[in-house]
Amino acid sequence: MDLGLNEAQQMLKNSAREFLDAECPDALVREMELDERGYTPELWGKLAEQGWLGLIFPEGYGGVGLTFLDLSILLEEMGRAMLPGPFFSTVVLGGMAIMDAGSEEQKQEYLPRIAEGQIIVTLALTEPSARWDAAGVQLTATPSGDGYVLNGTKLFVPNAHISDYLVVAARTGTGAEDVTLFIVPRETNGVTQTLLQTIASDRQSEIVFDDARLPGSAVLGKVNAGWATVARVLDWGAIGKCAEMSGGGQKVLDITVDYVKQRTQFGRPIGSFQAIQHHCANMATDVEGSRYITYQAAWRLSEGLPAKREVAMAKAWVSDAYRRVCALGHQSHGAIGFTKEHNMQLFSRRAKAAELAFGDGDYHLDAVAHAIGL
Amino acid sequence: MDFSFTREDEAFREEVASFVERELPWDWRERSVDPEEPEDAILVKQFKKKLSENGWLTMAWPQEYGGQAAPHIKQVVFNEEMAYRGVPAGDAGVRMVGPILMLYGTEEQKRYFLPRIGQADIDWAQGYSEPDAGSDLASLQTRAVEDGDDFVVTGSKIWNGAHAGADWMFMLARTDPDAPKHRGISFLLTEMATPGITVEKIPMMWNAYRSLVTFDSVRVPRQNLVGEQNRGWYVGAALLDFERSGVDRPARARRVLEELVSFCKGNSRNGRPLSEEPVIRSRLAKMAVEIETCRLMCYNVAWMQSREMIPNKEASITKAFGSEMMQRLYGLGMQIMGLFGQLEPGSNWAPLQGRFENAYLRSHGGTVAAGTSEIQRNVVATRGLGLPRG
Repeated sequence: MDLGLNEAQQMLKNSAREFLDAECPDALVREMELDERGYTPELWGKLAEQGWLGLIFPEGYGGVGLTFLDLSILLEEMGRAMLPGPFFSTVVLGGMAIMDAGSEEQKQEYLPRIAEGQIIVTLALTEPSARWDAAGVQLTATPSGDGYVLNGTKLFVPNAHISDYLVVAARTGTGAEDVTLFIVPRETNGVTQTLLQTIASDRQSEIVFDDARLPGSAVLGKVNAGWATVARVLDWGAIGKCAEMSGGGQKVLDITVDYVKQRTQFGRPIGSFQAIQHHCANMATDVEGSRYITYQAAWRLSEGLPAKREVAMAKAWVSDAYRRVCALGHQSHGAIGFTKEHNMQLFSRRAKAAELAFGDGDYHLDAVAHAIGL
Repeated sequence: MDFSFTREDEAFREEVASFVERELPWDWRERSVDPEEPEDAILVKQFKKKLSENGWLTMAWPQEYGGQAAPHIKQVVFNEEMAYRGVPAGDAGVRMVGPILMLYGTEEQKRYFLPRIGQADIDWAQGYSEPDAGSDLASLQTRAVEDGDDFVVTGSKIWNGAHAGADWMFMLARTDPDAPKHRGISFLLTEMATPGITVEKIPMMWNAYRSLVTFDSVRVPRQNLVGEQNRGWYVGAALLDFERSGVDRPARARRVLEELVSFCKGNSRNGRPLSEEPVIRSRLAKMAVEIETCRLMCYNVAWMQSREMIPNKEASITKAFGSEMMQRLYGLGMQIMGLFGQLEPGSNWAPLQGRFENAYLRSHGGTVAAGTSEIQRNVVATRGLGLPRG
């Protein structure tokens, strides 16, 4: 048992903290909330230079060949810095789907370009049913000539507005898991993308497929074999989100502790009152728990061990814990924390979005119930 | 990072598990064993003897005192297995008095006490809390006045298990009433058979007693002073490098949760198994998540200790979280059992031999004993997060 970071991981964490402090200040986070694209190509290029866009891809595909655990460490720092833009959707969702399902040719075609920052990709999975299972995939891909015709609607697709390619999950048969993944250029005829206005000012889209025609080569991996990849991507996505939330929660605790040491009422810092101290202790408990339950799952995913139970437990815990941490952070800050000017609201809005992504607490509790024999 | 146990540790886990299966009385699991009850204390003592013969009782001790200097993670494995199987293996002598003597005891004290503690020959009562000194322990008022080769002790100590046949008490007493409160306290070992000591049983709301021990001019030989006179506060607070992760709570909780799951599978309400009720499934699953989170936080404490880091904040977090989790767990069990939850042991109608009713009541003590949840949170906030003291 070793619950610490190794030397390389500690270096990754430190350099991420340092880089993001310099390149992703609060001002940028705020600017990007209002920006049409929601990211800057300049910072995107720097993420590529750091090797982070290809961190998880094998070296043969232009990547660094690190593990999912390493990626989680990076995501924790990104969550702390609230890094705006399509890192998560490009690397963890679209990129890892291609890495998992792609043919040799497809991996060679897409992964090096992702790693170099040349293309942005995402995963178009959820639909208006908002389900996370294979039955939720109702968008159809019908064979036509040498290719396919796609019809249906995808919803809550992250960063589709700036993505060059969408990895689309489509129904290709009547069997429960007859799902096929397609790599779809966003500019394909018959694909209409519309931005949604969301709580976290992130960029999620509705995408309507109206007789969108694709060549046979657009199939990612094999026909009717896409769900296994989606299931793995959902695990990576859930735990990647947990890592972001752990980092965000730690930061909320840090700024709250700083604030209550300075804020004076009744002639003394409010942090000297036990009511506030206990809020902070409860926040520290939730943050501490989040870190280890996340890392346990990330470690198992990295090691290729069965992880359904651990993933479900982590997402169930962290989703609720981050929301609680933000609520107590707000309570300790008083009215100032609710203002747009204050950073608290940046975190608490993102906490809600992250809670909902890849299944909220209640959703994952169902999997936990199975795991404990119910 | 590595969340797994070594093959060696897993083998040790098996060894402990089969030892417990073999050596414990058959009805152990069905009873709420309380080592501070005389009848149970005898059973517990017999079992400790067996642990001692195996070398497991003092496996955390250094080799020079007959221990094995067991790594923290091995201690975790041992403590988890004991707790999961409901064995009350905690021993104040082994965990507290022994290590304190190793650090502060005279050669004579070490020679007399350490082998006896290691062989489970002495039952100890803890003499810290007083009727008027609980969370503010340093305000304790029991006096020890020097008189020739003795201290003369007058006062009272409360909430201990002296009634269950304790042989000795390790205690804090005030030797300098004029010094600042932390600096006038001494650490004494007092034989319970000394004249002037009265033990009064206090019935608790759960099925057990605690003791109020009164000292009326009790003579304690000076040779039983541990460490320097007036430095007892620091002797008692000595940082002991024992596994203090609190991993016993999530281990015990895992067992209780398993019992609840099987109860829900075997019992129906309105014609449907409880295990199919969405609300119950969700609550049990949530409990499982809490238990897992607690377990990992406890592992972290032990791991930090194994790396010679001092887990002050982390240990306070696991103590508060773990004890509150146990309350929630037993509370959930009571709720699931509905009307039947209120039945005491002995009724044919009582689910799981009525154990939950008693354990539920008893779990309320867990957030008060050994540092209340409030004190733990104060520690997290002030020592851990650097917030100013009130």
